[in-house]
Amino acid sequence: MNSFFKYFTDIFYAVKSLLTGMKVTGRYFFSPWEIVTQQYPENRKTLKMYDRFKGEVIMPHNEHNEHRCTGCGICETACPNGSIEILQAKIDMPDGKKKRIIDKHIYHLDMCTFCGLCIKSCPSEAIVWGQEFEHAVFDRSKLTKILNKPGSSIIKDIVE
Amino acid sequence: MKEIINLPVKNVEEEEYHINMGPQHPSTHGVLRLVVSLQGEIVKSLKPHCGYIHRGIEKMCEKDTYPQIIHLTDRMDYLSAHINNHAVCMLVEKALEVEVPERVTYIRTIIDELNRIASHQLWWCSFGMDMGGLTCFFYGLRDREKILDIFEESFGSRLLHSYYTPGGLMMDIHPDFQKNVKAFIKYFRKKIKDYDDLLTGNIIMQLRTKGVGILTKEDAISYGVTGPSGRASGFACDVRKHHPYGVYDKTEFKEILGTKGDTFERYMMRMHEMLESMKIIEQLIDNIPAGDYKAKMKAVIKLPAGEYFQRVEAARGELGVYVVSDGNKSPYRMKFRSPNFSNLSVLDHISRGCKIADLVAIGGSLDYVIPDIDR
Repeated sequence: MNSFFKYFTDIFYAVKSLLTGMKVTGRYFFSPWEIVTQQYPENRKTLKMYDRFKGEVIMPHNEHNEHRCTGCGICETACPNGSIEILQAKIDMPDGKKKRIIDKHIYHLDMCTFCGLCIKSCPSEAIVWGQEFEHAVFDRSKLTKILNKPGSSIIKDIVE
Repeated sequence: MKEIINLPVKNVEEEEYHINMGPQHPSTHGVLRLVVSLQGEIVKSLKPHCGYIHRGIEKMCEKDTYPQIIHLTDRMDYLSAHINNHAVCMLVEKALEVEVPERVTYIRTIIDELNRIASHQLWWCSFGMDMGGLTCFFYGLRDREKILDIFEESFGSRLLHSYYTPGGLMMDIHPDFQKNVKAFIKYFRKKIKDYDDLLTGNIIMQLRTKGVGILTKEDAISYGVTGPSGRASGFACDVRKHHPYGVYDKTEFKEILGTKGDTFERYMMRMHEMLESMKIIEQLIDNIPAGDYKAKMKAVIKLPAGEYFQRVEAARGELGVYVVSDGNKSPYRMKFRSPNFSNLSVLDHISRGCKIADLVAIGGSLDYVIPDIDR
């Protein structure tokens, strides 16, 4: 007799537990204001990433096409997997001395792990995080970037 | 004619056969290959084949300096990335005898616990999906998104942060961090009731998990199963409680122990742990002391020659980091004791005699992350 009742109470509790789960999904079905989905490609114009978002490493230039990079190569040694290559050049100063400047700051975005050690170690704050995150391209060679713009020079007051 | 009739007929049901579960099986949560020996539907034995995602992280550490190692530990157990970073940072600080500011230890402890909640939320999603409930997957990920937004606002990335450095943090927390964490805890306390309604009380899930894959306390200790899976068997192995680091010794929280050690108990352990983690965060979030966010360290970190060991409680168990240093700026040998590798080794033992469908439930409850097994 006892097992007879247990058979029916088990069925009752089983159905009840399933209905409790259905209640949760049903509640969200009838409360569309709780939906948190973002319509990504459609909201591209209004989408704004957080200020600290690590999209890619960029080198900001001012309106005179000047940057802050001295070409010291500290970021190159700080990088754990060789995503940064620094090519240096030497120019003749007016006082006859030779000065070392940056020729090319090559950044391999495809190898970057976004650890942030280069930006943290930079003594003159020449490189910062950019907000761009849509990095998909058809050719891998496009992911190798040269951060200093052509014809750019260093801001005068930066000392090494 | 007579000979043909007398040919021995093989009984197919009694014969053992092997099937490969993985490396592309959705319920192994990664590239893990299990060679399962079956008799009918019953699992007779099981052999895990690791190494499909072996990257040689321990060897790569030998060429990197100590701050550079941090970003590699992210990629072991990527769901508890902050906790892995914490282990290496504490090891370096212990070896150099550097005192980190109190603010750093508070922030680190809060973020570790947030990371643990996020990890358990993702586990809940995937466990529900393994059981056949796809709804769980969406609800769990929706709530995990709130934590990832907090992470993204403060550290700039969602999964692999590299936020801790030896001696402190990369940068200070975002000014809105405390406000957002408090809002999240208020939100998640409501939503965790949905989890219980949806999956914990569900009769199908209970019948599939209760009494399945029983792991005794003795076996848990001898196989080295730690974390929530070990505590479900009654093995008191919480590093936060027994060897406190960070500010865990100043907070009050329970080490929840199970008795039965079956799949349902392992499920409940993680559900309880999320509540305990929220309690820890609530105690600390208002009391973050002011101060510097990093201690002064030398530009080139060199550990004195010797052997060092540090362990932390990661989301899946005890993570140990062992370093042999010869006085250079990179370690001579680095070894990680990863929790998932030990937890995987017990899978053969507890799944013998179960049905093949139960193997999915047991594997889901052990909650392994494959890159941590292979490293």
